[in-house]
Amino acid sequence: MIRFDRTAKRYPPDIVALADISVDIAAGELVTVVGHSGAGKSTLLKLIPAIERPTAGAVLVHGQNVAALGRAALPFLRRNIGLVFQDQKLLFDRDALANVLLPLEIAGFPHKEAQRRAAAALDKVGLLARARALPIALSGGEQQRLAIARAVVHRPALLLADEPTAYLDADTAHDVAGIFLEFHRVGVAVIVATYDDSLFPGARRLKLDHGRLA
Amino acid sequence: MNWLRAHGNALRLAFKRLTSAPLNTLLAILGIGIALALPAGGHLALTHVAALAQGATATPQLTVFLTLDAERKAAQAIETRLKERKEVARTEFLAREDTLARMKAAEGLADVIAALPKNPFPDAIVAIPADDNPAAIEQLAAEARTWPQVEQVQIDADWARRLHALIRLARVGVLLLASLLGVGLVTITFNTIRLQALTRQAEIEVSQLLGATDAFIRRPFHWYGALLGLLGGIAAWLIVAAAALWLAAPVAELAQLYGLTLALAPPGPADSAALLGAATLLGWLGAALSVYQHLRGR
Repeated sequence: MIRFDRTAKRYPPDIVALADISVDIAAGELVTVVGHSGAGKSTLLKLIPAIERPTAGAVLVHGQNVAALGRAALPFLRRNIGLVFQDQKLLFDRDALANVLLPLEIAGFPHKEAQRRAAAALDKVGLLARARALPIALSGGEQQRLAIARAVVHRPALLLADEPTAYLDADTAHDVAGIFLEFHRVGVAVIVATYDDSLFPGARRLKLDHGRLA
Repeated sequence: MNWLRAHGNALRLAFKRLTSAPLNTLLAILGIGIALALPAGGHLALTHVAALAQGATATPQLTVFLTLDAERKAAQAIETRLKERKEVARTEFLAREDTLARMKAAEGLADVIAALPKNPFPDAIVAIPADDNPAAIEQLAAEARTWPQVEQVQIDADWARRLHALIRLARVGVLLLASLLGVGLVTITFNTIRLQALTRQAEIEVSQLLGATDAFIRRPFHWYGALLGLLGGIAAWLIVAAAALWLAAPVAELAQLYGLTLALAPPGPADSAALLGAATLLGWLGAALSVYQHLRGR
């Protein structure tokens, strides 16, 4: 499903974020990416939806080199990927439901169908009762769950999460990790960059050390 | 269907953005309205003046003065010659005796006239042209000057020509003003949308990460610009219409003093549609340029 083929990423002037990464990730697989701060975990994840482009090598998603995709093709790649960011990237002027509706509006879903799916996604993460709440009114754990609901509402085959439990207390982190595990159980490929991979038992572990696979 | 739904959603979002900052929206609408009201008002005034000039230019006349020794028969021949011309609607013969009598009757001239040894006035024929085109009148006058027994030919179409030239100049002025203020409108919308895009940067960024195309991001901004332009156009129409109604009575009174009829009225359906259409289009253009530049810079 995903292949990193001698992938490297450098930032100017001469910072090596990733070097010579070659790894395959299969459909439906659960993978954790671990490593110290600055090891390149976030960069690795960002290469998959082409948020960042490699400076060498290739990143293949379903056989397509995403590094070579043009601006017009990018949206269609990203619509098939669920993204959960470390800082969540929620829209704070919209309520929880509207946040979850956004990917469906982007994909052009009819209003009723979008509403139904968004409600189901909120229900899945236990936030249906807070559908009309603004993100600011939600706790850290709820905000993270809301970000997950938004990432999965369009039923992607691949879910990427960058430190989804970073700022959560142990119980909440456990709950949030449980949601990812549930999605993995129904066949979604899940790649999680995390400092604590004990939250994701059974996951294949990719360890990065100074931008290299250890 | 998808396309319609996407535009419906974008339009709804644009309305929401317009109403979410009512004071900013109102000020932008007023700015656009005033900018558009100037050329729209100029155009309206010009339309009325042009209509007035159209009616007034029917009156220029051409006066053919005969030599003092011209016989009445010659005068009749010249009058007949003028009447036969297609550019002449009618003629009026002014006998030299009648002119003398009229002058004698005029206050202050009687003594002067009485002191003259003989009638100094020639026979004259006034020709009222059928065509109010000053060039045609000029050509007829030049021709009449070559006729025998004709001493002088006087035309009073010069003022009409000047009026036409002034109207032409004013039209160019209004066009220039409209162009400049049209650019002003585009600039207002451009900057408004630029600010909108900057304040919605997070939303744009998240949308792009979630797979939004540039068209999806641009659409609400385009609608916003078009709506802003349309509302600005409506404001301009209201300003012009109010001014027209307010000035109608004093302008009519002034015109009446010059023997003219001038009924100032708000813009008609065609002018109103053109104003609103142009305002909408310019608003959209400003938004399109702004959001295009914003997305290109990313």
